[in-house]
Amino acid sequence: MNEWALVGVGVVVLGFALRLNALLVVVAAGLATGIAAGMDLQRILELTGEAFLKNRFLMVFVLTLPVIGLLERNGLREQAERWVLGLTRLSTGRLLLAYQALRQVAAMLGLTHLGGHPQTVRPLLVPMAEATAMRGVGPLPERVRERLRAMCAGTDNVGLFFGEDVFVAFGAVLLMQSFLAQHGHAVEPLAIALWGLPTAIAAFLVHGARVARIDHRMAAEIERIRTQAARA
Amino acid sequence: MSALSPIYLLVGGVLALLALRTARDAGNPRRAAGALFWGVLAALFVAGDFMSPLLVGVLVVVLALLAGFGGVVRGTRVERDPIERADSAQRLGNRLFLPVLLIPAATVAGVYGAKFLQVDGKPLLSGQEATLLALSLGCLLALVAALRATRERPLVAIGAGAGLLDAIGWAALLPLVLAVLGGLFAAAGVGDAVAKLVSVVVPTDSRFACVLAYCLGMAAFTMIMGNAFAAFPVMTGGVGLPLLVGLHGAEPASMAAIGMLCGYCGTLMTPMAANFNIVPAALLELRDSHAVIKAQVPTALMLLAANVAIMHAVVFRHAG
Repeated sequence: MNEWALVGVGVVVLGFALRLNALLVVVAAGLATGIAAGMDLQRILELTGEAFLKNRFLMVFVLTLPVIGLLERNGLREQAERWVLGLTRLSTGRLLLAYQALRQVAAMLGLTHLGGHPQTVRPLLVPMAEATAMRGVGPLPERVRERLRAMCAGTDNVGLFFGEDVFVAFGAVLLMQSFLAQHGHAVEPLAIALWGLPTAIAAFLVHGARVARIDHRMAAEIERIRTQAARA
Repeated sequence: MSALSPIYLLVGGVLALLALRTARDAGNPRRAAGALFWGVLAALFVAGDFMSPLLVGVLVVVLALLAGFGGVVRGTRVERDPIERADSAQRLGNRLFLPVLLIPAATVAGVYGAKFLQVDGKPLLSGQEATLLALSLGCLLALVAALRATRERPLVAIGAGAGLLDAIGWAALLPLVLAVLGGLFAAAGVGDAVAKLVSVVVPTDSRFACVLAYCLGMAAFTMIMGNAFAAFPVMTGGVGLPLLVGLHGAEPASMAAIGMLCGYCGTLMTPMAANFNIVPAALLELRDSHAVIKAQVPTALMLLAANVAIMHAVVFRHAG
């Protein structure tokens, strides 16, 4: 082992900080790491190729896109807006809170696929959130819309991450159990899963509180942008 | 060849169509480079099983160079008139939701159903294969349902999917390339170097300092690797087990569980976790590719603090 292996980490941090193209940064970091570790170029490229082929499953989400694209062409987002506007008492905060609760509980039961960015966030959650947010105030200023969309994506992530770890058959739980067993600590997967619960509750409270305040925050921001625009 | 090869063929088909569209898109200033990018990627999915790892590695570098020097830009958008879309929404109503809901429903059903597919008492498919096959099957079922509901031609659907992929752009490939980097990091021993670094700077006689080092180390190393699963064995083997369990008598199950969740806080804060943070920003057409991370940072930091407090409160419950 040698400390030069950390060169790749430096390349990544520097590349992202300079906002260079991430794809180029990551491939460059891989090459740098291999060279620093004393591998020859052919070996590095072979390792790269093998890992690429093995991890192609990460692009399978592409298969959801024709379905979502076709439905969007035929008014899916418009229908999501119409549907959510029928629920007159639903604020943006309550909508996101309900989504977070559903996503987290489903993930705890092992149903991690009941959601996701291409499957539910883009076609359903974002149009619904924007429709509820525009009720009363009209079109959203671009900055407000960006932040709302980002919050929708973040809410999906938080719900998923801090739910799935409580499910006993989830890969992370089994990974931890087998790692501890290899190092001489026999523990039950259930014990690991249950110790995910305090953080799961904390996540629901922390993120839920942020999401619940979003209506106030958006109203304040729109107010500020409009006064600025009026003054200018 | 693997059980997943047919799926990769389908993914390759969508990529190939996007390559073709880009090649014919006169409004795209970099259409040759863009078409080459999507075309090479399509070839890696359709014919990757028959290529040597060396060739694949070279092609990955070619892809990075094409994207890195601005060769992949978004093509001309062919969007349908909003009034037509609103009419269609009016006409089809909630029938539009059905195919969307069919994807997760069929995936979940498929994952559970695959457990019964056994040969000599052993499952025919691994958990990951079963999940991916179920997801793909769910997409195909949903596609059929969507085509029936909308009465459109299949090629229109694939074109619409290619359009969405074009909007995501090269970021769609980032999760895959990051996984490759993770493999190279592991082969070069980056993890050991980081663990050694942490254990050198921590005052080991303080319980709290050790908890803090493990929790922050998990979060930070996850941010570097983009994946808590990659950080877990390194930080737990290098810091958690020797310092917390060995030296201070911490209980390993709760330590591991909460430590992993510290890693998840790191996942929320790093562009390296591209499939959760960067791809969605592209998919939602955000101008700032780091907007999702910025939205998540307050939650992640508060939860990281909560995890340190929870871990400190519970892991030493059996220790003197």
